[in-house]
Amino acid sequence: MQPLSRTTRIVGALWLAVTLAVMAQGFREAIFLTPADAAQGDVGRIFYYHVPIAMLSLLFPYVNFAASLAFLFWRTRNPLRALTSDALALASAEVTIAYTSICLITGSIWGRAAWGIWWTWDERLTSELILCLIYIAYVMLRRFSATGQTQTLAAVLSVFAAVDVPIVYMSIRWWRTQHPAPVFGGGPDSGMDKSMLPAFFWNLATWTLWGLFLLTARFLLERRNQMTEQDEALRAIEASLEISQ
Amino acid sequence: MIYLRQVLAHLRKDLRLEWRSRDSINGMLFFSLLVVVVYSLAFDPTGYPTTTRQISGGVLWVSILFASVSALNQAWTREQRNQVLDAHRMAAAPASALFLGKALANFLFVTAVELVLAPIFVVFFNLHPLGQTSLLLLILPLGTWALVLNGTFFAALGLRARNRELLLPLILFPIAIPSLLAMIQATTAVLTGDDMLNPLLWIQMLAGYDIIFTIICLLLFDTVLHAE
Repeated sequence: MQPLSRTTRIVGALWLAVTLAVMAQGFREAIFLTPADAAQGDVGRIFYYHVPIAMLSLLFPYVNFAASLAFLFWRTRNPLRALTSDALALASAEVTIAYTSICLITGSIWGRAAWGIWWTWDERLTSELILCLIYIAYVMLRRFSATGQTQTLAAVLSVFAAVDVPIVYMSIRWWRTQHPAPVFGGGPDSGMDKSMLPAFFWNLATWTLWGLFLLTARFLLERRNQMTEQDEALRAIEASLEISQ
Repeated sequence: MIYLRQVLAHLRKDLRLEWRSRDSINGMLFFSLLVVVVYSLAFDPTGYPTTTRQISGGVLWVSILFASVSALNQAWTREQRNQVLDAHRMAAAPASALFLGKALANFLFVTAVELVLAPIFVVFFNLHPLGQTSLLLLILPLGTWALVLNGTFFAALGLRARNRELLLPLILFPIAIPSLLAMIQATTAVLTGDDMLNPLLWIQMLAGYDIIFTIICLLLFDTVLHAE
């Protein structure tokens, strides 16, 4: 197993430093500089975290889907490249779970403060929850399945997930438009006030940088796991050859 | 034509296997009956006819879901004995024919269970449907196909997994949620006769789900069978 190269480590450290700096600025904007929301007061500040994370939590599944398709394409043609895309698929699935969970938790906290309830079976909440559940199922499958099959089976499940999520979203919309939903005024519907934009964009930048950092770190970790496994397999083959002689 | 013959050959084989043991049909039937009895403990079905109509669709489908998961777990184990599955891998017949044959066989088993279960259900829950009951003849097969299709596929995913019995529901339930929603809503609409719920919308959605996932399962089954 080779250690991470010098450049990777320097770029990683720089990236982390920039992310933390942007995060501090985003925190400062969201908590201290932006005026409190006219309708909600200080409770509204959680949106600067909730909304960017919710947006990104819908982005990472696409990375997972694309990487899984690439894996299925390269599986027989170019196994090494296929392994790389599988590591990316795994990393993006785990980041998706992290982001959807944070989105659900921050949303619940806001809901408790603003609506008085932690949870409601609203179309967006339900879709986000099911997205989270599908990716937990994906990681579970990877955990349980037999070695050697894991990557292929996971890629197949990812295709199912990608087809399923739009159907989930549409069906839950129909479900909720069938029943008159309780009247909850959620979110700033009519756009944002200009004074809120800097806080929003700083936090969007923060969580994008942070998500990419997590994604890359997890990807590199998984690459190292794969290298270790390959080394071990190679050593096992060599050992078996020695015995037979 | 050849493809159809291959599917029918697989279907015949599965039906014959089941006919000789009758394990999965009997097991499913008794299991779902028990689930229905347990549900009737949770609320009083004869005392509150309106509530019963509102929740019966969900209860019926959940018992069918549990029963079919318990049977689908065994669906591929039969093929593992005596390395039959390896023979299937080497066979010239396309893998999707094997899958389609097995899914159709499971569909017939679950349908047989439903045909026995539904009347018992109506009697036990003292159910008087208010909507157009003939629509159930569409909803039941479409819903069953949705469950059995994905269930058969995911059971094959977990064939060599460490924790097979547990893995199937873990994957099947999240993916099947839209179809479950559709079948429960459609059935509830028929049972309650509520104008607010439109059963045809949910039947269309269920049909769309069936078509989309049938195509994906047929396309990807080959990959799963040869996933080494």
